Amino acid sequence: MSDFLHQLDPVSLLSITLVTATPLALAAMGGMMSERSGVVNIALEGIMLTAAFIGYGVAFFTHNLWLGVLAAVVSGMLIASLHAVLSISFLVDQIVSGVVINILAVGITGVFYRTYLESATTAGPGTLPHWNVPVLSSIPVLGPIFFQNQFVTYAMLVLLFVVHFVLFRTVWGLRTRACGEHPRAAETAGINVYFVRYVNVITSGALAGLGGAYFSLQQIGNFLPNMTGGRGFIALAAMIFGKWTPFGAFGASLLFSGSDQLGSRFQSVFHVPIPIQFLGMIPYVLTIIVVAGAMGRAVAPAAVGKPYKKG
Amino acid sequence: MLGAWGRRIVPTVLVPLVSVLCGFLVGAIAILAAGADPIQAYSALFAGAFTNHNAFAETLVSTTPYLGLGLAVALGFRAGLFNIGAEGQFYIGSLTGTFVAYSIHGLPAVIEVPLGLLAGMVGGALWASIAGGLKARFGAHEVITTIMLNYVAFLVASYLVDTPGLMLAPGVSTPRTPNIDTGALLPIIVAGSRLHLGFIVALLAVPVVWFLIERTTIGFRLRAVGFNQGAARAAGISVGWTIVLTMAISGALAGFAGIVEVLGVNYHMTDTVAAGYGFDAIAVALLARSNPWGILPAALLFGALHNGASFMQLETQVSSDLISIVQAAVIIFVAAPVIVGWLFRLRRAPGATVQITQRDIEAPVT
Repeated sequence: MSDFLHQLDPVSLLSITLVTATPLALAAMGGMMSERSGVVNIALEGIMLTAAFIGYGVAFFTHNLWLGVLAAVVSGMLIASLHAVLSISFLVDQIVSGVVINILAVGITGVFYRTYLESATTAGPGTLPHWNVPVLSSIPVLGPIFFQNQFVTYAMLVLLFVVHFVLFRTVWGLRTRACGEHPRAAETAGINVYFVRYVNVITSGALAGLGGAYFSLQQIGNFLPNMTGGRGFIALAAMIFGKWTPFGAFGASLLFSGSDQLGSRFQSVFHVPIPIQFLGMIPYVLTIIVVAGAMGRAVAPAAVGKPYKKG
Repeated sequence: MLGAWGRRIVPTVLVPLVSVLCGFLVGAIAILAAGADPIQAYSALFAGAFTNHNAFAETLVSTTPYLGLGLAVALGFRAGLFNIGAEGQFYIGSLTGTFVAYSIHGLPAVIEVPLGLLAGMVGGALWASIAGGLKARFGAHEVITTIMLNYVAFLVASYLVDTPGLMLAPGVSTPRTPNIDTGALLPIIVAGSRLHLGFIVALLAVPVVWFLIERTTIGFRLRAVGFNQGAARAAGISVGWTIVLTMAISGALAGFAGIVEVLGVNYHMTDTVAAGYGFDAIAVALLARSNPWGILPAALLFGALHNGASFMQLETQVSSDLISIVQAAVIIFVAAPVIVGWLFRLRRAPGATVQITQRDIEAPVT
């Protein structure tokens, strides 16, 4: 009976929802930086997987979780640089470049996991510590939900405000959006479109890379092949459902991870035959409805997906 | 310098060929980084794909789905559509085809087998038409909708196969559909191997798709829409209808690949999703430069890689995932021929950018 109550305790439900929404919101913000500047990024899944792997590998061999987090962010940026070089400089179709990175991520993580980590017998680096924010963490309800978390979740919450500020309140954000809406006009106004796109795509890798660190360093303290399990695509859905805005994407991430949590709890508590598959479909179906314009149309940046050729 | 013949042969044959070699080179670097010997690993890969007992027949078995899937994506490319949903269409085609195939009993094989195949194709076609219809009617971008529909397809398959009273076979320990009667299966064509008639049927699909694209009115409309939607519309072609039809045919080919796997190899469907076919299909179509004939060598390469990889892993401890690195590298070189041209000092790499689609995200196309 106590287990029953615990399972449906709204505070614990909301808290786990926020935690599992962390990588979704981070990767969605990453996709947003890239797409706002005009570069589609369907490589979020591959970036997260690679970053989860490299981050774990570095943490494992240095016994330092923070170096692991740093390595995850840096490796995300490196993989995103490949996307940038291919799609901006070599004018490769942005979807193709994203597909390449997703395939490459499976290859790199699979090969090097097998060589260096699969049969490792020494203890892993553990998981990132829980930090209770003084005073705030003892507020009822809000405290356990927002202020008793691990690093990546805190970072996500802060970055929501940062990304929102950068995109909508700074010159850089204005330039980014100009490159995404009308690169030719941006160039005429003296903006270096290539530079803006490069920086934004690489930033997108940093954000998705941090999202990758969530899986291996915050959630379980281990790396497993294909551990991101398609969450990069749910993040893409959250970005679209949130209409390319940080708080919109955050709300969508909460909705998607919340429905997931609720579904599994309903099954384990009530043994209700709500087919878990139908709850799982929610993010995808909602996104399809939104891109079709039936529920307040989601309008992508006008120039997204089009390679830009100077001249 | 190269002449007319050369200008044609360089982009269609030489660039893909050099790209494949470069892809293996990148793979060799990865093998070295993983502390193994590339020559040993590649020898094992080759033996596992071609020279071991029954290896070549197995390679052809693995090639079969890539034929259908590669054709599906290539056909979409020709109309300017990026079908990332081949994988979802593959599963829905498997589902509908499997359902029909295990439900029918006692008919002659010449009726049962085509019925199963047809049901698979119809399932794939309908599933892909959702994305086509949303694009034609609302301008919803097919890349987004097909990615999302892939996941919905996996979940639909998992629901149907896991639920008693639907497609779950009674009394099995791991969820799967009932077995299909032998009469409805694609027969083995090389005794002692798993090579089945589906390979021949998939081979025949290549000239059929070529003919459809190059020699029919539908194909003409499809290419016109891919080339320039505005001009196609001005010429009186219904762009929306062409998009729906193209997605439907593309989905039918992917569904065909799915049901052929069931009727030729598995004989039932499980709820486990072997992800990755969708991306591989894109790779096959890119390597073939969206040319149906090019699908033949490209699918064979992918079939051989997949089949040889497990033997390589067994012999040399290099993970079979290595082939993903090779595949990714191959597509990079195919999609950015500038790199290959630069490597080989071809002054002006012909077809320097691969303009696959003329996608316009926001313009509704009705």
